[in-house]
Amino acid sequence: MKRIITLTVNGEPVEGAVEPNRTLLSFLREDLGLTGAKHGCGLGDCGACTVILDGKPVNSCLVLAVQADGREVLTIEGLADNGKLHPIQEAFIETGAIQCGFCSPGMILSAKALLDESPKPTETEIRTAISGNLCRCTGYQKIVEAILAAAGTAQGKEVS
Amino acid sequence: MRTEHIGKPISRVDGRAKVTGAAKYAAEYNVPGLVYGVVVSSAIAKGRITRIDVAEALRLPGVLQVFTHENSPLLAQSDNSYSDEVAPPGSPFRPLHDGEIRYSAQPVALVVADTFELAHYAASLVRIGYERDAHATNLNEERERAYQPRPREFIPPPESRGNAEKAFAEAIVRLEEEYSAPIEHHNPMEPFATTVLREENGRLLVYDKTQGVQNVQNYLCNVFGYSKGDLRVLSPFVGGAFGAGLRPVYQVFLAVLAARELKRSVRVSLMRQQMFTFTHRPAIWQRVALGAAPDGTLEAITHKAIAETSQFEDYSETVVNWSGLLYRCDNVELSHTVVKLDLHTPGDMRAPGAVWGLHALECAMDELAFKVGIDPIELRLKNYAERDQNEGKPFSSKELRACYRLGAEKFGWARRNPQPRSMREGNVLIGWGMAGGVWEAFHITADAKATLTADGRLTVSSATADIGTGTYTIMTQIAAEMLGLPIEDVTFKLGDSSLSKSPVEGGSFTASTVGSAVKAVCEKIRKKLFQLARKIDGSPLANTKLDNVRFVDGQIRSHNDSSRAVSLIEAMRHGGLSAIEEKASAGPTPEQMQYSRFAHSAVFTEVRIDEDLGTIRVMRVVGAVAAGRILNPKTARSQVLGAIVMGIGTALEEESVIDHTFGRIMTHNLADYHVPVNADVHDIEVIFVQEQDEAVNPLGAKGLGEIGIVGVAAAIANAVFHATGKRIRDLPITLDKLL
Repeated sequence: MKRIITLTVNGEPVEGAVEPNRTLLSFLREDLGLTGAKHGCGLGDCGACTVILDGKPVNSCLVLAVQADGREVLTIEGLADNGKLHPIQEAFIETGAIQCGFCSPGMILSAKALLDESPKPTETEIRTAISGNLCRCTGYQKIVEAILAAAGTAQGKEVS
Repeated sequence: MRTEHIGKPISRVDGRAKVTGAAKYAAEYNVPGLVYGVVVSSAIAKGRITRIDVAEALRLPGVLQVFTHENSPLLAQSDNSYSDEVAPPGSPFRPLHDGEIRYSAQPVALVVADTFELAHYAASLVRIGYERDAHATNLNEERERAYQPRPREFIPPPESRGNAEKAFAEAIVRLEEEYSAPIEHHNPMEPFATTVLREENGRLLVYDKTQGVQNVQNYLCNVFGYSKGDLRVLSPFVGGAFGAGLRPVYQVFLAVLAARELKRSVRVSLMRQQMFTFTHRPAIWQRVALGAAPDGTLEAITHKAIAETSQFEDYSETVVNWSGLLYRCDNVELSHTVVKLDLHTPGDMRAPGAVWGLHALECAMDELAFKVGIDPIELRLKNYAERDQNEGKPFSSKELRACYRLGAEKFGWARRNPQPRSMREGNVLIGWGMAGGVWEAFHITADAKATLTADGRLTVSSATADIGTGTYTIMTQIAAEMLGLPIEDVTFKLGDSSLSKSPVEGGSFTASTVGSAVKAVCEKIRKKLFQLARKIDGSPLANTKLDNVRFVDGQIRSHNDSSRAVSLIEAMRHGGLSAIEEKASAGPTPEQMQYSRFAHSAVFTEVRIDEDLGTIRVMRVVGAVAAGRILNPKTARSQVLGAIVMGIGTALEEESVIDHTFGRIMTHNLADYHVPVNADVHDIEVIFVQEQDEAVNPLGAKGLGEIGIVGVAAAIANAVFHATGKRIRDLPITLDKLL
C-alpha cells in the first residue's frame, strides 16, 4: 500500500505516494525524473547512485523512499546555483575528470560532502572519501586532481 | 577568437551535461505509461526447459505479460537475420527462441509490469523446470578439443615463417613457458539498458546503450521486420562500454519484443549480475618458446594460444600475431585455436587479443633477458623490428625506441639493479618491471554530413558513438579548425541511426575513421565557401587559389597577405545562401595500405610487495605512447590513464570465477569481481611520443582507446618477479599464488 512522503529535494518541497519497497533512487529517477543519480549495481557496491541526505552522502539504492520522509536530499541537478556550476563541477570539466560521465554525479556529490566537512583535504582523505565510488574509465587520478583543484578554488570562501 | 583547435587540450564539450545530470543515458527516458521489463536468467548451464510456469507471476495486478520461448512470436528464421557487423562466424544467440539452454544465466523470460519493483518481484515467481545435460566450462580440461576457428573479418589468421621448430632445437639459449588468464568482464559503470518509446503510429524510438546505433538498427529491422523509417536507434550518451556494446545485447531484443507485442513504451535494464551473462574477454592458455643466441638475438619464436568460444559461434582475436610483428625474427611459428565451451560467445574487450598476447610475449622476453643476463630494454632494442615481417611492409611510423628511452628516463630505469629481491624497505620488497605494447591503427570507411548556416554556425554529424572516449570533443575540434570557427559555433551530433553511415565505435579507429570523414566533408564546405568568396565583386581573394588560403578566425585569408580576407558569413551572404550542406565519405586509400600501421608503447611499473602477506601495490607507472598525432592532450591522457588502471586490474585483480560444478560465473557483482578502486591507484604518468605520420591516415592520429592497456599486465608481472624472484604466469597475480 502506498504511503505519502514529504521531503525537500534540491531545496524544493516534494510530496510523493510511494510503495514501501520503492528505493530513494527509484523515487528520484522514476517519479521525479531526476536521473542524475545513476543505477549502477543496486547493491551499494559502486556509488553511482550517491546523493546527499541531510548533509551525508548515501547510496540511494540502499535507502527506501519512505526513509527519506521529512528529510533533505541534494542530487546533482541541485548542485549548480542558478546555472552557475559549483567549483567541483567546474574542476571536473577543467581537469578532464569526466569520461563516460556515469560515475561523475556520484563522485561529485561524495566530493562535495567531503569539502563541506573538510575544505582542505589531503589526497588520502580525498581517496578515502570517494572510496565508495567506482569509476571504470578514468583510473581515478584526474578525479583526485579535480577535487584537489576544487578545494583550492574554494579557498577563503564557504563551499556550499 | 581562437580557431586552431587540433592538438589543444580542449575541455570536453559534453562536460557540462555530464556534471549537471543533464546527460541522459539509455534508461533515463521517461514517458507516461512506461512499463518495465525484468529478465529471468537460467539456473543451469546446459539442457532444456521442460516446464515454465508463469501463472503465479501473471496473477499479480500490474503484471502485463511474461514472455518466454513458448509465447514468443514468429520472427526471422535465418541466422543471417540475427547476425551483426561484429558477429563472428556461427549461429548468433536468439533470446527466447526455444527451450534449449546454451549457457548459465542465459535469458529465458522477460516479465513486464507497471513498475520495476513489481516486475522484479514477479520475476522471482516464475517457476522453471529443467532437464540437465553435462556441461563443459573449464578451458584447461578441454584444451585437447581445440580446433581452428572459422576466420573473422579484420582478424588476420596467424601465418608462420621459416622453421621455428628447427631453429629452436638448434638455439643455444632456449626458453619455453606457459601462461594463462581467466575470463574478464568489461563492467562499464552503466548496466546495459534499453528504453523503447512507442509513438502512436507504431514507430519505435529505441534508446539503447550501444557502440553502434546503425548496427543495432540493422539487427532489429532484420529480426522484427521493421523498416528503417519505423525504427530509429539513439544512443547520445553511453556510460562506458569497452567493447561490451559492439554487438546488440539481448535486452534490446527483449525491449523491442515487448513494445511490439504490448504496444507500449518499455524499459529493460539489466541487473549488475546480468552484466556477466553475455560477452567477455575469453579465458586463454598460451605457450611461448623463444630460441636465442647467447647475446639475446632471437632465432626462433613459437607462440601458441588456445582460447574459449561458445557452442554456437567461433570467436577469435589477434593474440599471437604480435609475436611475429614486434621483434625481428626469421623463424616464427604462430597458432591460435579455440575450444567450444558452454558459455556465451566471448567478444572484444579493450585491446582484444593484444592484452593476452603481449602478456605472454613480454613476460617471456623478460624471462629471456634474465636468462641471458642483459637489460630487458637492451634485449628489445637488439631485436627491434624495423619492418613488419608478418605483412612484409614498412611501418608508416614507429617511435617505439623513443618510447623505451623516454619512459626509462622518466621512470629512472637506469638505477635498477637487475637482481631479483635486490630492493627492499623493511619487509616490503620492491620490484621494477617493463614491457612493450602495440595496437593496430585501423582506418575504415565512414560518412559525415555538415551544414553551415548563414549565421556562421556549423553542425556536423555521423552515426558514431562517444562511450566516454571524447568523440564529441575531437570531432568538434577537427570541424572547427577546418573552417576556422570557434568551438562554441560548432556542434557535432552522433549516436542516432538516422545520421550518416558510420561503423561501430571501437578498435581505436573512431578518431581516424570518423575524423577523416569529418575532415573530408569540411573540405567540401571550404571549397564551396571559397568559390563564393571569390565571386564577390572586387573580392580580395579573386586571384587566389584554394591551396593558398587559410580558414581562420571565421575568415578565409590569403596565406601570403593576411589582410586579404573574406569572412565566412560575408561569403554566404553574397552568395545568397541560407545554408551550405555537404556529405562526404572517407576511407583508406591504396597509398595508406602500402604501410603497416601501428601504435606502440612502453610501460614501466614499480610494485611494492609485503613479503609476509603477499599483498601487491602498484606504486608507480610510466606509460610512454607513440600513437601518431595527439588531437587533444587532455582527452588523450584520460584515455591512457584509464587504460593503464584497467591493466592493473588485469594484472592483479580481475577474474570471472566459474564454479565448474555448475558452469556458472560466481563473482557476478562488483564486490566479488574486483575492478581497480581508488586504493589500487598511486602515481601514474603518461608520456606521448611525437610521431609526424602522414602515411597512416589523413589525420595522422593512430587512436588511443586501447594502446594504453597493452603490456601493463606483463610490466607488472615482470616487476613482481624482480621484487620476489617468483614468476607468476597465471593471471591475475593474487597473493595466494605469490605466497
